Amino acid sequence: MQNLYLAIPLASLFGAVVAGLFGRQIGRAGAHWVTILGVAVSFLLSLLVLKDLLLDGGEIYNGSVYTWMISDGIRFEVGFLIDNLTALMMVVVTGVSLMVHIYTIGYMHDDPGYQRFFSYISLFTFSMLMLVMANNFMQLFFGWEAVGLVSYLLIGFWYKKETAIYANMKAFLVNRVGDFGFLLGIATILYFTGSLDYYEVFGKADRLIDGGIEILDGTVWSAITVACILLFIGAMGKSAQVPLHVWLPDSMEGPTPISALIHAATMVTAGIFMVARMSPLFEFSETALSFVMVIGATTAFFMGLIGIVQNDIKRVIAYSTLSQLGYMTVALGASAYSVAIFHLMTHAFFKALLFLAAGAVIIAMHHEQDMRRMGGLKKYLPITYWVSLIGTLALIGFPGSSGFFSKDSIIEAVHLSELPGSGYAYAMVLMGVFVTAFYSFRLLFLVFHGKERMDAHTRDHLKEPGPVVWLPLVLLAIPSAIIGWMTIKPLLFGDFFKGVLFTLKEHDVVAEIGEEFTTPLAFVLHGMGGIAVWLAAAGFALAWYIYLRNPALAEQAKIRFALIYRILDQKYFFDRFNEIVFAGGARLIGSLLWRIADSMIIDGLIVNGSAYLVGRGAMVLRRVQTGYLNHYAFAMVAGLILLLGWAILG
Amino acid sequence: MTLGLTHFLVLSALLFSISIAGIIINRKNLIILLMSIELMLLAVNLNFIAFSHYLDDLAGQVFVFFILTVAAAEAAIGLAILVVLFRNRRSINVADLDELKG
Amino acid sequence: MWIETLIFYFFAAVTVGSALAMITLRNPVHAALLLVLTFFSSAFIWMLLEAEFLAITLVLVYVGAVMVLFLFVVMMLDINLAVLREGFARFLPVGAALALILFGMVVYAYRKAGLDAIGAPASKPADYSNTEALGQVLYTDYVFAFEVAAVILLVAIVAAISLTLRRRGDTKYQNPSEQIRVKKADRLRVIKMEAEKR
Repeated sequence: MQNLYLAIPLASLFGAVVAGLFGRQIGRAGAHWVTILGVAVSFLLSLLVLKDLLLDGGEIYNGSVYTWMISDGIRFEVGFLIDNLTALMMVVVTGVSLMVHIYTIGYMHDDPGYQRFFSYISLFTFSMLMLVMANNFMQLFFGWEAVGLVSYLLIGFWYKKETAIYANMKAFLVNRVGDFGFLLGIATILYFTGSLDYYEVFGKADRLIDGGIEILDGTVWSAITVACILLFIGAMGKSAQVPLHVWLPDSMEGPTPISALIHAATMVTAGIFMVARMSPLFEFSETALSFVMVIGATTAFFMGLIGIVQNDIKRVIAYSTLSQLGYMTVALGASAYSVAIFHLMTHAFFKALLFLAAGAVIIAMHHEQDMRRMGGLKKYLPITYWVSLIGTLALIGFPGSSGFFSKDSIIEAVHLSELPGSGYAYAMVLMGVFVTAFYSFRLLFLVFHGKERMDAHTRDHLKEPGPVVWLPLVLLAIPSAIIGWMTIKPLLFGDFFKGVLFTLKEHDVVAEIGEEFTTPLAFVLHGMGGIAVWLAAAGFALAWYIYLRNPALAEQAKIRFALIYRILDQKYFFDRFNEIVFAGGARLIGSLLWRIADSMIIDGLIVNGSAYLVGRGAMVLRRVQTGYLNHYAFAMVAGLILLLGWAILG
Repeated sequence: MTLGLTHFLVLSALLFSISIAGIIINRKNLIILLMSIELMLLAVNLNFIAFSHYLDDLAGQVFVFFILTVAAAEAAIGLAILVVLFRNRRSINVADLDELKG
Repeated sequence: MWIETLIFYFFAAVTVGSALAMITLRNPVHAALLLVLTFFSSAFIWMLLEAEFLAITLVLVYVGAVMVLFLFVVMMLDINLAVLREGFARFLPVGAALALILFGMVVYAYRKAGLDAIGAPASKPADYSNTEALGQVLYTDYVFAFEVAAVILLVAIVAAISLTLRRRGDTKYQNPSEQIRVKKADRLRVIKMEAEKR
């Protein structure tokens, strides 16, 4: 079994290495075959692992594969922890990755960097697998950094495009801020528990709970709160929560397949996964949980609002992703870890679907991404339209779709939570439902319905992309529709996450929901009576009215509410703030250090200054060397007299 | 007052000081400079002989003998240098000899 | 004995006076002559100290040879006297001050050392010959120094000559190192000529 576990990440890595190093030799077809085979092997083996754990009653595997070093009693190892959570993540990651690999054959068909792209997405798969399969913090961090690196490489894939480079630098730097917090969190944990291994840390959690850390001005904080908040800061960076969310919309500079893979389904969920994995720690700090919930709620609602005013099709979906990540985070804050993971899984499917569908539209429109120049594409791209509709329905939480089950569970969980900030969070997630429905159907109507706004040349060339593009779309649409129905009971209310996700009795909102849960159908009916479904319906109705019935209303609203529009358009001025304060501040410090510290002080004062002093001193001293004999004689005599005086008198 | 050692020593010190003054005062004339040096040596010789007489030890006089020898040699060479210098510079002005100026 | 003291004071005054005059006079010839006078009077003082040989040597060697040499050089050099006088007054106070300080210190040292305690030495017998006594010591105890002094004199001769020697243009001489370094090209020149018709 152990070899199986090892083979899963290594298969993807092998594909990445071969395509990366020998891309030119094996050619395009060779590159995509080797990477697809690698990821397919990983996927099939992941399914096997899931089956083993789920159906065949397999044991949780926690073992070390390679000990890198032992320093001062701390073990730095490469090891795997394979339990239900891991297996689920593995299947999701490899599954979506496989769909994206196949899709890429069509999407990147004309691109000169074809082999490089495949190598990168396979490398990403490897990194993400290492992250989710880790059994210790060091490997987790390795995977964390590796996915960040590959994300950087992929966002800047078209490196000759300036905006792509700005975007990938932004992503990397913002992630770095998060990683800094993450590293501090790991350090705190290491300091108090003396170990990096998950199970050892969980076992010694009492040391963190009892421990205290003095921060700044003498106030003592509970160590576990500090550690959890720091870990969550890492998650904030990776999963793009406010205020470290600024990189995600810019990451749309990368090709659409990676927007689907990395920035919807997998990498951004690493933060969610990490918090869920650390549930035995987070449970003991209500401050941290509150913090998580409030941040998540803020992201969920406010990011959704920005999505309303975006005109680029990928940006709408990007802000939608930010908002949905906020939902997952809120669930984590409410101690509903299984719900968060459930939503992670359903979201992975329908968001990847939506991105890939948008990509299909973009290909068909010859790389046009502005929705104002689309419209009425339904009759040209039927398959794309229908799968997009399924995805959209899942996104808004249409009763019965997978998104419905996960989203409604989140809303219920937040409603039942008693942590400080849960009231605010509940309001945010509910309003978010309305906003989500509104922008989702805005997108659908603008792109596929209504008047055709593209130019004649593009319209003549409109046709559905080939099966290599729509097949993954269909394959993703299926789980988007049905997986919620099938898995809600075992995942949330069954034994799936028993022993893996830990919840304290007093926080266990999922159990509370579970007391009333009977069947999925009953859940649907119950939900239809709830406010969320009607908010979604209201959003749909408003979108239909404005964008299909009365388009002028949109323009009028923009003028009437110009200030709000401006705030949303400038994304709450986060980017401007970062530009002026952090980037500008860093440049200012750099410039100060260069001009003052380096040029003036070190070069001028110390280096040149000491040389100047020596020079001046020498200039003064050389006057002694007059060259005149009698001066020298005089000096000798004077010296003689002095010596004599000293000898006689002293 | 009877003649004592100190009389001679004071005389020698006086001659020495005068020669020092001579070195410092004579900025312009190199020959006077050399002559002052001879005077200095004379003062030292007087000192030695005085001590030799009063301490009844011939060593002082032997020393003077050698000082005379060396002084003669030094005077000869010094003057030779002066002559060559004058040939090249046409001047014995000390102020003109400033090639070693820093 | 009062006559000794008188003689001493008289010749001391002459010495000091001529020394002072020597350093202040403008004309170097006068200065040289005054130095001669200084040496003479100090020779008298040396005689007073029963160092007869050295007194005579002083006159013979120093005055007779060295000062004559000085005078030779002074008269040989064509010196511009007017230029020499400049700047004399500037250094006078400094020089005088320094000299006085030095004198004062030395006298103080003598006082402190209590040299007055040393009394007059024993009288020598009538047939005491200073020269003989000196000779006895010189050729036995100090013979090495004597030889070295001779070498120093030789060195002085050689140095003085080599510094000032100017070669005459019309003397013939050989330079062996140049003779050895000669090459064929310096001595032989091959000329191509037409063969003469018989």
